Amino acid sequence: MCSSPSRDGICAMTERPISSHPLVQLTLTRLREFVREPEAVFWVVIFPIVLAAALGIAFRTQGDEPVHVGVVAGPGSDPVVAALKASHGIDVTEVTPKRADLALRDGQVQVVVLPGVPPTYRFDPTRPESRLARLEVDAALQRAAGRVDRFAAGEQKLEVVGSRYIDWLVPGLLGVNIMGTGIWGISFSIVTARSKRLLKRMAATPMFRSHYLLAQMLARLAFLVLEVATLLVFAWAAFAVPVRGTLVTLALVAVLGAMAFAGLGLLVSSRARTVEAVSGWVNLVQVPMWVLSGVFFSSAHFPAAAQPVIHALPLTALNDALRAVMLDGASLAGVGGELLILSAWALVSFGLAVRLFRWR
Amino acid sequence: MGLRGIWHNHTVTRPSALSSPALACRGLHKRYGDVVAVAGLDLEVRAGECFGLLGPNGAGKTTTVEILEGLLDADAGEIEVLGMRWGADDEALRQRLGIQLQDTQFSDKLSVEEVVALFRSFYRRGPSVDEVLAKVELESKRRAWVSTLSGGQKQRLAVACALVNEPDLLFLDEPTTGLDPQSRRQLWALLGRFRARGGTIVITTHYMDEAETLCDRIAIIDQGRVIAVGTPHELIASLGAEHVIEFAVEPGAEVPRDRIVAMAGVQDVRQADGRVYVRVSQLHTVMPALLAELQRSGASLSHFNTHQATLEDVFVALTGRHLRDD
Repeated sequence: MCSSPSRDGICAMTERPISSHPLVQLTLTRLREFVREPEAVFWVVIFPIVLAAALGIAFRTQGDEPVHVGVVAGPGSDPVVAALKASHGIDVTEVTPKRADLALRDGQVQVVVLPGVPPTYRFDPTRPESRLARLEVDAALQRAAGRVDRFAAGEQKLEVVGSRYIDWLVPGLLGVNIMGTGIWGISFSIVTARSKRLLKRMAATPMFRSHYLLAQMLARLAFLVLEVATLLVFAWAAFAVPVRGTLVTLALVAVLGAMAFAGLGLLVSSRARTVEAVSGWVNLVQVPMWVLSGVFFSSAHFPAAAQPVIHALPLTALNDALRAVMLDGASLAGVGGELLILSAWALVSFGLAVRLFRWR
Repeated sequence: MGLRGIWHNHTVTRPSALSSPALACRGLHKRYGDVVAVAGLDLEVRAGECFGLLGPNGAGKTTTVEILEGLLDADAGEIEVLGMRWGADDEALRQRLGIQLQDTQFSDKLSVEEVVALFRSFYRRGPSVDEVLAKVELESKRRAWVSTLSGGQKQRLAVACALVNEPDLLFLDEPTTGLDPQSRRQLWALLGRFRARGGTIVITTHYMDEAETLCDRIAIIDQGRVIAVGTPHELIASLGAEHVIEFAVEPGAEVPRDRIVAMAGVQDVRQADGRVYVRVSQLHTVMPALLAELQRSGASLSHFNTHQATLEDVFVALTGRHLRDD
């Protein structure tokens, strides 16, 4: 470590290699603590892949899925069943009158036909798939009763890469993962060090306190490369989810997102003394964004009055920017607004955290 | 800078005992809410000495040391450490202090050398990681994770982190609490080597044998105040007695206290925790007389013991209580 120690074993600062710079050592320490914790690696790298795979498989086949129809067995039910079976895209089961409502509630069938002249449809109008099934069934039975279509419309089935649910979902998963590992990883590591009195011990050295906080963010970037790359490669290999913008733009969006959540991680852990205490804060920050920021469903569902607030949230900004770059091939300028929001979150939370930070 | 820069050119050696003290504080006060932790505490530690703060748990030792280390702000009082002041020379001070805190736990999954290298990186100058590991005799454990170390090895690692900058002043807060006798002696030997190179040590302990073995001078602390200062020899001599007879009688029996006090050679009689402590200057004359007196009063002994007077006896004499309640 010391290339030319003087007589009393003391060496001068100028001879120190870069590897003994405190920022390098602090960052290395954090990286070592992370990779030596197999559970942490699982949650950061493996879990998002499992989740993407499960959701991808669940939603991928939805497009050519038939509608499920129940027909109450009894007098006159046979011709109805025959007519529906003859139609394309309808899956028919016969149900007893008693089972009909249960099957509807559990989603096994989306509409129940009570045979008669005319027939009756039982369905749940609050479920879109239920209303859709009613229309399909009605059309099939009308045709069987002799209705003639005036024209046969041409069809263009949307199975284009980039506009499926999985394409929309993967950037959201990426965003939620960047949020989770940023906030959790940093707050857990800091609060653990505080509860072990390690922060106090470091505060007793001449270490620059900003170096400690900065090292947390730098180590975060190293994990980020790992988690973003594995999820993107998996999504591309398994579902052909595209990245249409440049990788540089995508990387910049991911880095700024990670910095915003690293800042929030520092902020929520700036005073807590125990892991239990910080868990509450972490959930308070994360849960609203899981719901509001368009991870699994679009944030456009929320009332217009709430939209300005939703769009100011860092996860909304990150998800919007990731989708724009991956799916629409947006340029850096195209996601400028989102990047500005993320930068603001990073700077404000880091600044506040430095002021509030408790070293004891 | 000016003057200090010039001094640095030729004063390579550490300040001698004749120069300014390594550490001085006057009128230190610290309270936590209603609890007064430090109540007007004065100290002066000379350069090159090992100075002990001896007192029971809760006496205010740790609070005092953490104030001196610049980790806590005092409510009132003046502090000078190595001729510098907290608030004005923090960075320069931290470069020259070595600190071991009472309850630091290093990350379990880091190796010994990784922890030392991390702490070494915070200082401008100091020995190499290898040299530090050699000093604390942890070379064979350099690649072992912290989680695999024994209590004594963990404590030596804590001291290693305090030695990475070759400090002028080393603070140790109860460094041997909970260690087995062999580990304690190993740590004492290590501190002896640090002192031999001219380093100053401030150590807190509630072990009287540790204070007697290691320290040149001791401040006995109780309820946030210094109640006595001196060399172990001076403090024990201040009792005016070289021996202590310690005994207990069967429950219900009366101790003829006044008659014992009146014996020639008895300095003082105290009762604490159901035991009687008789400080004597001449054991050979007091002992037969005392036994005869007890026999005459009909008290049968349940415990009897004599020892040379120790710091524990000094503490008992000053406060009427024991250092440790076990």
